[in-house]
Amino acid sequence: MVGKKRRPAAPVPGSSAGTDAARIEITGLTKRYITPAGEPFTAIRDVTFTVERGEFCAIVGPTGCGKSTTLAQVAGLERPSSGSVTVGGQPVHGVTTGVSFMFQADALFPWKSVLGNVMIGPTLNGTPKREAVALARDWLRRVGLAGFEDRYPHQLSGGMRKRVAMAAALINEPKILLMDEPFGALDVQTKAIMQTELLGLWEQLRPSVLFITHDLDEAVALSDRVLIMTSSPGSIKENFEIDLPRPRGEVQEIRHEKRFLELQGQIWASLKDEVERAYARTVSAA
Amino acid sequence: MMGTLHAGAVPLADVDQGEASIAAAARTARRRRAGWVWLGRIILPVVVIGGWQLSTEHGVVDKFFFGQPTDVWTALVDLFTQGTAFGSIWFNLWVTIQEAIIGFALGAATGIVFGLLLGQNRLLSDVCSPYIKALNSVPRIILGSIFVVAFGLGTLPKVLLAAVLVFFIVFFNAFQGVREVDQNLLANVRVLGASSLQVARHVTIPSALTWIIASLHTAFGFAIIGALVGEVLGSQAGIGLIITQAQGHFDPDTVFACMILMAAVTLVAEYLLALLEKRVLAWRPPSRSEAQAM
Repeated sequence: MVGKKRRPAAPVPGSSAGTDAARIEITGLTKRYITPAGEPFTAIRDVTFTVERGEFCAIVGPTGCGKSTTLAQVAGLERPSSGSVTVGGQPVHGVTTGVSFMFQADALFPWKSVLGNVMIGPTLNGTPKREAVALARDWLRRVGLAGFEDRYPHQLSGGMRKRVAMAAALINEPKILLMDEPFGALDVQTKAIMQTELLGLWEQLRPSVLFITHDLDEAVALSDRVLIMTSSPGSIKENFEIDLPRPRGEVQEIRHEKRFLELQGQIWASLKDEVERAYARTVSAA
Repeated sequence: MMGTLHAGAVPLADVDQGEASIAAAARTARRRRAGWVWLGRIILPVVVIGGWQLSTEHGVVDKFFFGQPTDVWTALVDLFTQGTAFGSIWFNLWVTIQEAIIGFALGAATGIVFGLLLGQNRLLSDVCSPYIKALNSVPRIILGSIFVVAFGLGTLPKVLLAAVLVFFIVFFNAFQGVREVDQNLLANVRVLGASSLQVARHVTIPSALTWIIASLHTAFGFAIIGALVGEVLGSQAGIGLIITQAQGHFDPDTVFACMILMAAVTLVAEYLLALLEKRVLAWRPPSRSEAQAM
């Protein structure tokens, strides 16, 4: 289980990954659903890509192209219709261990205090309560929420709730972090702050990240690699290496660098066709 | 409040005064409104009960059928001072309350268990749902007749009737509560490796608890109804029996007195449930519970 790999004190960079335990390999992944009308619907078709250990990989694509579906297969929440997902060389059967999820919605327990929310990870893998509390306090301090332990989520601002979610996702030191538009609902300023903070924490822990977003700037600013998905049924259209140096520091400032703008332009050119195609489809459907 | 808080920060005397007078005006308006509300609350029962008293005294309404407030009061006092044909009023009250509480506990427990089970298992709920809907549309109070015939005049048939009435209310709420669980939260704990027992403990049950506790308020009222109807249908003690007997003696005043008694019991139970709700659901944003209190 994950519990064995977990370390209670401050982690050493790269400690969460074993040899290649955090390598995600997706081959020929196809997922079909049956719609309520009884029709088969192909969400993603023949998706193939690899995320290396400790790599930050973003997926961008038009609305409804199956980005979230791809994440659900990696997490093991759903089974692929065909193709395979392997994590650390092991094919995914049932829920993948050592994975954390972050969603656009908060996914916090409204009935648990901030501390209780962050503690859930260690609690579920059987860490003794006292240790779990100490660990949760430490993580709250790391995301700048020391002193808010006893609040309930509804008493916090959107940005603070995101920090709680981030602490809850990272406390088990996952080898893989799956993020589904985690900052999509935040205002622009809060978003930039949270992105910078995520990068800081990621550089300490170095999990492999699969990051879904609509926001091209966000994808380029954070990632080592950006994958473009085609409109539905989704498949990988193109792969861009982001060679901006790390550590990248303030997300707000990279946005003005020449190389950033160059990459962003290239990616947009590739994505534009897909977005237009997806939009045309929604218009004709309506 | 506002005025005193700002007093130190605002150097101009006239501005300070302006704020203070605004705060004072707000306080007066608030007090005046509260005064009107309380005046209305006092006038309303005076008019209703006074009207009843007057119209029965002047023969507009026949007090032989509809009783009279002063006679209801006398009957109520008599119940406590002179007792009833079936022992003291305290004994009879206790019999009814006991039946209601056991029935309530039984119905609520089974309702919660079945609601959680069916809420979590889609196949099971798809199989059972038409039958549950059919059962729910049956006038269950009639079951009382069967229970009395089958189980005699003791406590059991009343408990069962109360439990049946309570069960469906709690069941539907528990079921719905499980269905309303945040899917992201569910995915989140599953990814973190939660067993199905842990999912129930950390996600499903707390989420359903909001619904379940809301349903308990209505459910307790139904438990009382179940116990009373069970007693009316056949029993050897209890408030329901006193009511049947009073009905046989053309004594509406005692019936009303019993009604008041049971209303008092329900109000006490309601208060205790509200305390429980406040304790268990302390995490909820206050605006929601305020809206519910109305």
